[in-house]
Amino acid sequence: MGLLIDIVQWALVVLGVIGATIALVKVFPRIWKTRGMARWLFVVGLVLTVVFVVLAVFAPLIAPYGFAESRVDGVRLPELDPPSSYFLLGTNDMAFDIFSRVVWGARTAMQVIVISVLFSVALGVPLGLLAGYVGGTLDRILVFLMDALYAFPSLLLAIVMAFLLNQKLGNGIVAAALSLTVIYIPQYFRVVRNTTVSVRESTYVEAARALGAKPTTVMRKYLFGNVIQSVPVLGTLNAADALSTLAALGFLGLGIQPMEASEWGFDLNRALDDAQAGIWWTGLFPGLAIVLLITGLTLVGEGLNETLNPALRRRRLLPVRFPAKEAADEHV
Amino acid sequence: MSSSRGSLPRYIAIRLLLIIPMMWVLLTFVFILLRVAPGDPVTAAAGGKLSAEEIERRQAALGLDRPLITQYFDYLGDVVRFQFGNALSDGTPVTSLIRDHGGATLTLTIGAFLFAVLVGVPLGRWAGRHRDTAVDAPIRILGIVVYAAPIFWVGILLIIAVDNVFPGWPTSGIASPTAIYEIPTKTHILLVDAVLSREYVWDVVQHHILPCFVLGLLLSGVIIRLVRINVIQAMQADYVEAARSRGIPERRVVRDHAFRNALVPVVTVIGLQVALTLSGAVLTENTFNWPGLGTDLVDYVIARDYVAVQGLVTFFALIVVVVSVVVDVINALIDPRVRY
Repeated sequence: MGLLIDIVQWALVVLGVIGATIALVKVFPRIWKTRGMARWLFVVGLVLTVVFVVLAVFAPLIAPYGFAESRVDGVRLPELDPPSSYFLLGTNDMAFDIFSRVVWGARTAMQVIVISVLFSVALGVPLGLLAGYVGGTLDRILVFLMDALYAFPSLLLAIVMAFLLNQKLGNGIVAAALSLTVIYIPQYFRVVRNTTVSVRESTYVEAARALGAKPTTVMRKYLFGNVIQSVPVLGTLNAADALSTLAALGFLGLGIQPMEASEWGFDLNRALDDAQAGIWWTGLFPGLAIVLLITGLTLVGEGLNETLNPALRRRRLLPVRFPAKEAADEHV
Repeated sequence: MSSSRGSLPRYIAIRLLLIIPMMWVLLTFVFILLRVAPGDPVTAAAGGKLSAEEIERRQAALGLDRPLITQYFDYLGDVVRFQFGNALSDGTPVTSLIRDHGGATLTLTIGAFLFAVLVGVPLGRWAGRHRDTAVDAPIRILGIVVYAAPIFWVGILLIIAVDNVFPGWPTSGIASPTAIYEIPTKTHILLVDAVLSREYVWDVVQHHILPCFVLGLLLSGVIIRLVRINVIQAMQADYVEAARSRGIPERRVVRDHAFRNALVPVVTVIGLQVALTLSGAVLTENTFNWPGLGTDLVDYVIARDYVAVQGLVTFFALIVVVVSVVVDVINALIDPRVRY
């Protein structure tokens, strides 16, 4: 069971990284053509993200200790040692080296982000395509369900899912990633469904239908390529959000446990007690890692959005969502 | 639906009726997740410490041995009567949890909201008016950083900072133990009780400041972004141009023409931040050891108490649905275009 989960986990991560790289290579020339602020924010975001990807990939080479290593050559490392030349960012109350945990944490974060985004794309996109193309009762039911899910506080949803999955899958990376998946499915569903509805009536789809194309062919060959455009933007922004939810679960003690992998949110949970005692280094650095990676991903997402979305490119406004109002309007 | 065009009472009636199906979907969802999926709450809570007979006896006492469909209708019936069950681990009725601890969550969220509006609206207005200038850039960056920084991390850093700068300032709990003990309970909302009895008011207020500030910071990020974009859009509108051409001073154009119109969508979206506020409140409460429903929820999740978690999640769902409908109604009252 454990080995199977490990294999699936790594296969998914590799798949996700390949997908992200292809997407980035495809849109990069278009981004490079834009000028001014948008481009610089995108570059800053990309650099931040790449730094964490490098940390994640080369963690075993960069980190001086393991993520749960409190003993070296039979000698126990000091607890709560302040930053020094021996322990770059100090050690925590479990005698783990904080620098090592921050580096290994990048790997955990990447794994969880990739798996959860992949799963929500894999579920949300087909559902949205189906609902938008088929329409009718199926569409209405799915929209209503997804809206209900979307209206619900995302952290509560993640808590409930983690609560259920931890019992079945343990407190590992896959369980945490799946707990986050549910939050993002409605977002892909909504975007893909709405695009499908508007593209469905276009002439080329009508032509395909007139030629006798089956519904599956129309969805696969004619609609998919159109509706997939918005996924990279949403995927990057969701990746940022997934990281903050993962950290929140970890902070509440419901995420990945320290022996399974290094997770920044869990470290902040331990750091809360240290803070009351005036110890700053256990909390500062894992949190800083979270902020930097979220900022990086958000900037990349917004950069993509501003270059890929023509409406935004001209007016250069940030996207605003009016979720529940839109949702309610559809039902009156 | 065309006959409803422009009719406010009918619009409100439809919105209110919509609470029922929305609630039903959420309740069914909660039931499937927490009652059908996990299997057996008693075994989960006990963790293998009980004999088979004892487990069966407890299941029978909770009605868990009956068919799921019966349990489902019982659950719906209980929610309608405002009954959310009794916690498995300590037997506390969830209703009394809500009564005793809901007040702390309420004062925390209201305080945070006030802070967020007082800070976010002026900053967003300022940034929007001076778009793409030296004023706009730092405010936008503040918006991104506030979004990126985990609320509990900000809390941890502030606890350390406050301890250093103002030693003795409270960084944990809703009031000092003596205050909690001495303030007579009337409304179950500690802050209100303190004000009513005129005892320990400053102590309770002092404990509120840091948590409200931290949660408010999170919400202000959203508000800044929102107000800024809406002011920018309103500033480009024809009526602003018209006002300028009539020679009205720029200050008044911004205040009376652009800003007022920009506020309409802002009111809606601010109202719809309930979900974010609740998520943020759970984290803030756990950071500051706040005796509210978010702390309860996490405690019961860790205790694997399905009944209490189900009750609390149901209550949160109820709040989200009711508030979103109320916001829709308020919005219809403010803006005639919404009613179509």
